[in-house]
Amino acid sequence: MSNHVHAEYAPLFTPGSARRKELDEVLSRYPTKMAALLPALWMVQHDHGWVSDEGMAEVAGVLDLTPAYVKGVVTFYTMYHQHPVGKHFIQVCTTSPCNVCGAEAVVDSLLRHTGCLELGQTSPDGKYTVIEVECLGACGFATPIMINEDFIESVTPENVPQILGALE
Amino acid sequence: MGYPHKSHARETAVLSEFFGVKEATTLDGWKKRGGYTALQKCLGMAPADIVTVVKDSGLRGRGGAGFPTGVKWSFMKPGDGKPHYLCCNADESEPGTFKDREIMRWTPHALIEGCAIGSYAIGAETCYIYIRGEFTEPIVRVEAALKECYAGGILGKNAMGTGKTIDIYVHRGAGAYICGEETALMNSLEGKRGNPRIKPPFPAVSGVFASPTTINNVETLAAVPHIINNGAAWYKQWMRPDNPKSTGTKLYSVCGNIQRPGNYEVPMGFPFKDFLYDLCGGPLPGRKFRAIIPGGISVPIQTVDEAEASLMDYEGFVAQGTMLGSGGVIVFDDAQNLVKQIARAARFFAHESCAQCTQCREGTAWTTKILERIVAGDGTPEDLDTLLEIAENMTGKTICVLSDSCATPVVSGLKKFRGDFEALIKKKKHFLVPAVA
Repeated sequence: MSNHVHAEYAPLFTPGSARRKELDEVLSRYPTKMAALLPALWMVQHDHGWVSDEGMAEVAGVLDLTPAYVKGVVTFYTMYHQHPVGKHFIQVCTTSPCNVCGAEAVVDSLLRHTGCLELGQTSPDGKYTVIEVECLGACGFATPIMINEDFIESVTPENVPQILGALE
Repeated sequence: MGYPHKSHARETAVLSEFFGVKEATTLDGWKKRGGYTALQKCLGMAPADIVTVVKDSGLRGRGGAGFPTGVKWSFMKPGDGKPHYLCCNADESEPGTFKDREIMRWTPHALIEGCAIGSYAIGAETCYIYIRGEFTEPIVRVEAALKECYAGGILGKNAMGTGKTIDIYVHRGAGAYICGEETALMNSLEGKRGNPRIKPPFPAVSGVFASPTTINNVETLAAVPHIINNGAAWYKQWMRPDNPKSTGTKLYSVCGNIQRPGNYEVPMGFPFKDFLYDLCGGPLPGRKFRAIIPGGISVPIQTVDEAEASLMDYEGFVAQGTMLGSGGVIVFDDAQNLVKQIARAARFFAHESCAQCTQCREGTAWTTKILERIVAGDGTPEDLDTLLEIAENMTGKTICVLSDSCATPVVSGLKKFRGDFEALIKKKKHFLVPAVA
């Protein structure tokens, strides 16, 4: 995967900013600065859509960590995007319990209807990225999918167009 | 169950009584249903007396290990001058399990009350609820409930007006199954990669932030207020007369090829056959059950005969070759390719391995590769022995049990459904000469 550069990275945690205040509140919950790393990375991803090297460097600076350490943590967790993703980031559960209920057909339907050529690739119009995810923890409501922060249960190949239509 | 369907008449709804009731998610609604009376009572008790009640109730960890909760709490020494921490494990990621999600969605205050009682009992002023990153709705509900508690004086520097400090915070994970392992959870909470730690030291000696720590599952903590309010004897009404080691009610998440998937709450010792056919409605039309995993994908697969003979408690499932685990019941019917599903389970573990230990990093990857080769029709008869050999090397040799968990479906699958593997190998498409026009 190529190294993405975040040219117009706008810092979040400048003194006096809303995010800085939020981070200070988060820091008050823990005895160490390092413990605020996951929450700080969530803020970066929320505001920028992904966590770039520039974002990691900023977080490293405010939490007195090294950029390399932050990168090591970011790469451990699957939910931090290390490159830009589509406007609608779609995760489909295909682990065994959903798999036996037809999750693979849901994946096919999502790829077809979003115009994504394959899993992990963003559609040419930049709107969608579809990935497989390991167990979303909603196995009784197969097949669950997540679109950005929204959880949708009982998705079938047939109701995919309706779900995508509602995003417009 | 309560949500999305009404409870079955044979369920015993203690934890799930208010699933689906929107009003119960709010502080007022929870108080109307007896909420926070148990916490009030506890704050007037000596911590050691609370631990005794929980010990006497026989409550055991509902996350999978089944360790007695009161005994775990008794390892903590309140008043030793060190900061103590309670961590609530809400990183529910075990395939087949979705009970903690419902507890947090519908009764967030039950969990918060349990956390507050647990914190006080172990001498902790701070509790972190570590919720997996994908659980966006449970996070919103628990955070909203915490906000109400702070505004209502239930938590904070003067919890319920007693002058005691109880702070509870949500910590959001970021996508890693392994962070449900208690020491990995602590590393993740500290802002590190979620690698499990070598034990000892055990968390009660040196846990999160190198301080004495207790980690309890969501369902375990949610049961505590009920036990405090009604007493240990009340909780023990639910057990088999011949097995006092498993007490109370248990939530089971049911999924896969079955008529009515969802969460069911039944007393310890309930017959699994009745559970599968009566409560959950049995197999889909025209199909038959083929194999059942009763406790999340990490426990051994059962044949239908074993499942039908099982009694639903910690010892009952062990007697039938498996474990209660997290209570995630996964049902496979006769329309499924079992080997493909075991391969899919292996792929899950290969994806989730933290890669610290060689046996796990290599073992999960090779197990997946070989199984997927067999499913694709390129397997050889020697592959089955190789799989067992790898599984042997993956069991009991690593820092945590993720590696063992990957070996479990392979070993139990090969033992009980070897014919399925052999049939795929015999069909070997490799030798077919492609037709050339």
